Amino acid sequence: MASLFSRREGSAHAEIEERRSATHESFLSHRAYFWARVSGFLSLFVVLTYVLVDVEPRHNGGSWYGYTLGTVGAGLIVWLSWLGVRKRRPTPGSWSLKGWTSAHVYLGMSLVVIGTMHTGFQLGWNVHTLAWVLMMLVILSGAYGITVYATLPQALSENRREMTREQMIESLATIDRQLEAAAQPLARKDADMVIATLEQDVFAAGIIARFRGPGGRDATRRALDHISTDRAYDDDADDLAQQKVRALLGKRAAQIDQIRRQMQIKALLEVWLYIHVPLTIALLAALTAHVVSVFYYW
Amino acid sequence: MSHVLLEKTDHLSDTIYKYQKGKHVMATPSSLVLRSDLGFEAGKREAILDTWDRQIADGKVTVRLNAEVTGIAGQSGAFALTLKDGSTIDAEAVVLAIGTQGNPNLLKLPGAELPHVQYQLDDPTAYVDEHITVIGSGDAGIENALGLAADAAQGNIVTILNRGTEFARAKGANVKLLEEAEADGRIFVRRETSPLEVREREIVLETRDGQQAIRCDRIIARTGSQPPRAFIEGCGVEFTSADRAAFPKLSPSFETTQAGIHVIGALAGYPLIKHCMNQGYDVIEFLDGNTGLKPADEPILAEKFAGLPGRHTVDEWLEIFRTRVIILQELSPLQMRELMLDSTVHAYARGEVIFTRNEPGSSMFAIAEGSVLVEVDPDDPSVTVPIETGSIFGEVGLISGRKRGSTIRAAEPTVVVEFSRLAALKLLATAPSANRAVNRISIERQVLQIFGAGLTPADIADLVEEAEVVSVPAGEVVIEEGAEDKDIYIVRVGSMVVEKDLGGKPVFLSYLPAGSYFGEMAVIDGSKRSASVRAAIKSEVIRFPGEAFNALLDAKPEIRERALADMASRREINDFIESRKASFGGAVDMYSQTAQFLVDNGLGEATDVLLIDEQLCVGCDNCEKACADSHDGLSRLDREAGRTYAHLHVPTSCRHCEHPHCMADCPPNAIHRGPDGEVVIDETCIGCGNCQRNCPYGVIRMDAKPPAKPGLLSWLLFGAGPGPGEASYAWRKRKAAEAGESAKLAIKCDMCSGIEGGPACVRACPTGAAIRVSPERFLTVARLEEEVD
Ligand SMILES: Cc1cc2nc3c(=O)[nH]c(=O)nc-3n(C[C@H](O)[C@H](O)[C@H](O)COP(=O)(O)OP(=O)(O)OC[C@H]3O[C@@H](n4cnc5c(N)ncnc54)[C@H](O)[C@@H]3O)c2cc1C
Ligand code: HEM
Ligand code: SF4
Ligand code: SF4
Repeated sequence: MASLFSRREGSAHAEIEERRSATHESFLSHRAYFWARVSGFLSLFVVLTYVLVDVEPRHNGGSWYGYTLGTVGAGLIVWLSWLGVRKRRPTPGSWSLKGWTSAHVYLGMSLVVIGTMHTGFQLGWNVHTLAWVLMMLVILSGAYGITVYATLPQALSENRREMTREQMIESLATIDRQLEAAAQPLARKDADMVIATLEQDVFAAGIIARFRGPGGRDATRRALDHISTDRAYDDDADDLAQQKVRALLGKRAAQIDQIRRQMQIKALLEVWLYIHVPLTIALLAALTAHVVSVFYYW
Repeated sequence: MSHVLLEKTDHLSDTIYKYQKGKHVMATPSSLVLRSDLGFEAGKREAILDTWDRQIADGKVTVRLNAEVTGIAGQSGAFALTLKDGSTIDAEAVVLAIGTQGNPNLLKLPGAELPHVQYQLDDPTAYVDEHITVIGSGDAGIENALGLAADAAQGNIVTILNRGTEFARAKGANVKLLEEAEADGRIFVRRETSPLEVREREIVLETRDGQQAIRCDRIIARTGSQPPRAFIEGCGVEFTSADRAAFPKLSPSFETTQAGIHVIGALAGYPLIKHCMNQGYDVIEFLDGNTGLKPADEPILAEKFAGLPGRHTVDEWLEIFRTRVIILQELSPLQMRELMLDSTVHAYARGEVIFTRNEPGSSMFAIAEGSVLVEVDPDDPSVTVPIETGSIFGEVGLISGRKRGSTIRAAEPTVVVEFSRLAALKLLATAPSANRAVNRISIERQVLQIFGAGLTPADIADLVEEAEVVSVPAGEVVIEEGAEDKDIYIVRVGSMVVEKDLGGKPVFLSYLPAGSYFGEMAVIDGSKRSASVRAAIKSEVIRFPGEAFNALLDAKPEIRERALADMASRREINDFIESRKASFGGAVDMYSQTAQFLVDNGLGEATDVLLIDEQLCVGCDNCEKACADSHDGLSRLDREAGRTYAHLHVPTSCRHCEHPHCMADCPPNAIHRGPDGEVVIDETCIGCGNCQRNCPYGVIRMDAKPPAKPGLLSWLLFGAGPGPGEASYAWRKRKAAEAGESAKLAIKCDMCSGIEGGPACVRACPTGAAIRVSPERFLTVARLEEEVD
């Protein structure tokens, strides 16, 4: 179809546009899976050479082959860790974090092969193996990361329904104000239930609750269950007051659910970074110990 | 001198009095010296008002407050001013410095003259048990509606109308209050609704689902205000043209066409306080007989003209420009000065490039000396068309807001005047003959540009003669599918959407930016219209009669060939979409609806917009953080806010409109289009907030630049400072208190102008969710390919 959409353009400004617009491609398919291919070939190459290169007495980190893989692997780990800095520094230059993430993900995966082949499968209870284990855990958490990055954004978008975080909180506050007014005519017991929902702290639910998401039982739902029984007040034959409160409680529950779901998805999208990053720091420490001990004691 | 200062309100300087409390008032332009005896320097509103009140008292100025002038009769030397309270004042000369706040805009509807239509609401508690409709979705309208509905005991049924879906013009706080009131059922908010007719006890509304009449006992219209033009015209003063933006005709001593009446300040077209004050000084000097006084802007102009060859004085240059350049001949010396203040002059050597093809630019040029050559063929720079002394060029960029169509070089040593977009628009609005001349030239050049090399102005003279510029409101259909008419059109301003009815639903075929033509198929092969074309936004098209176009095709076979080639490729797109519709109907509908959604959200007038693919966005806000960190610590984008359709999200961020609304009313003219097409606000911003109110997408914020944060490493290692991204309001406030307050100025996206590598938001997105697109690149069937595959 390309010919259909060809455009005549001055080159200098076309270039600016090109630079500015970044193609509509995800980090995984960035540049037609360039980094996936690089990483694939690299891994394949390492596996093949591992099999073909004859190292005496057997493969281990200390052979010339092991040293080569070790240097490449350590270099990669340091570079992969640098993403944490790159991400937070919007310096000039034509880098794109998408490109970095793409390379990070695929080259990070190739470490499984490079790192493991580097050990020559000589694992034991020592600092060297600790570094390897940490590396594998970082990679594993990264793999979880890309699964959530690939699957959750859509749910986040759908749950948001064009509302911003502030708007959700605002909306809850508005409903609360309306509830307070609407609860005035209620009987004492009913009003107390409503007040209990208003006093409930929606956000102070703690880490576990963040993951639990919507639908949980809380003061709002209890009040809803309680007030939605069929018992009109004597002086309010049409049950207007209770109906209004019920409608508002329903709205409140839905609003809380939206907020909880939002918090849950965000938590799932972020939680792995709280493993990935600290483990990276531990890995860097273990890696340093590993390298230092190799050069001092080998 | 015997004098009196008449003031409508109970305090002086009402415009400045109405600024928000504590506003930092700017004293731009800094290159201009202050002549007036009253002091003025940048500072807080209160301090400035105090100084003036004190100096007015010390200077023994005769002031009469609460004295609104309602009419001026008589002649120079014997005027009689009528005040609102009925008293009159005699005067030999009058100076009008009444600003532009003026009077409210009146409704232009049948029935608008009925007595229950009002434009002001002094006391919202004065009405009970009424059905009241508020027209106008700005702050004034919302505040009035809230006031009327505040006390349920009054029993008013309050409805507020909004032409759009969002209240983008109003302050966030007001919108929230309104939405709450709506949720409580205290106010009825009707979106996408505009008034059609006012009747006794009823108002007819145009809604999305057709017309509807609702009960209405009172209408409060708050749709902005009009300059006090009628009042001034009533005093016998003529304006330069009928255009809304026109100013009174003035002599170099600020005298109007009514001898003895003078106009200065914002009303004379000079909205900056320093200009206003200087003119106040000048006009009194003139009245006092000091006719030799040089205008205060003389040194500024002298500096502008310093680089030109042939040592002429400022007055001489002004006269050269005025007499040589055709479109300037009607102007008065004062208008020339004003125009030149907003313009630049350049001298070019033979062969020097003035601008290049595809460069963004919206200024217009006039040749005062020499001539230029236009390279009409992009592939062969030797094919050129000359433009002679006195004529203009660059007008297409000005009118369409699009990039330059060709490269232009000086043919000999040449002196040109470059009118900034604003200056040029003002010129066209105030000088009708200039407007006509530019229109004709622009139509001719646009035809030449579209149908390419080989044509001369003589070939198309007949066509241009019959051309007509038609303005088309947003959404209006220009060509109806199946119709038999045979005209051909060029999009001059704005953009069009081409749709075809497939299976009862309009399917989006393509997007036509300004500078494209349409309607050629029916003209060439005599068929019925094969698709509908309607305006994506408020647009202007040039209409040519089909026969005239056919005559041109008959005379010029190469043009026919070009047109046929274009037609074939358009057919190909249409056929492609039709075939997809048969097999992937759902995908095509989705594509059509997405295109419509994007057009509704400003893509139709955008040059470059940020979109977020919410199938990829993980909500990390790295885009916002990167924006803040590369722009003085304040983010110019609000990722979460804005509309979403089919996971395509249009965040609140500048669209870099072709005709930026924000530029319309900026006193220091601080908003420009930069070298890459970005719309930027420069450091001369005075913080008046006009642009914020004028931007329909709510992307401009007014904020003070926060002090610098500690560096990234000290945050990473020691937790110093607030970390990456925009610091919290509390942090900024605390730091600002330490560092000394700075002025709140307008800030918005500048597309990372000057930052190598381009926009930080896009570069900082880890997943590729954030993309920047231009409408003609994004609204193509290529997207359909993407969706389907
Ligand atoms: C929010 C805001 C911020 C701004 N910030 C700045 C800034 O920082 N720096 C800057 O240089 N400019 C700024 N401006 C622009 C500037 O304030 C105005 O352009 C300027 O005040 C115009 O001065 P003026 O004397 O022409 O008219 P005005 O200041 O409008 O004065 C006109 C006076 O005439 C009175 N009047 C009107 N009609 C009648 C009548 N019929 N009879 C009697 N009296 C009448 C009015 O009540 C008023 O007091 C800002 C404008 C706004 C809206
Ligand atoms: C030993 C190997 C690895 C190291 C040392 C490492 C280190 C890091 C670091 C330091 C970050 C920055 C986190 C932050 O600052 O927020 C990061 C982010 C990330 N890593 Fe890894 N990583 C490794 C392997 C992997 C692998 C194998 C994957 C995927 C399979 C992966 C996926 C990611 C992703 C998706 C991000 C988030 C990017 C973002 O949101 O900005 N990582 N990694
Ligand atoms: S700031 Fe100006 S250019 Fe940007 S979207 Fe608003 S009106 Fe358009
Ligand atoms: S940039 Fe906006 S706030 Fe600043 S002076 Fe211009 S219109 Fe006013």
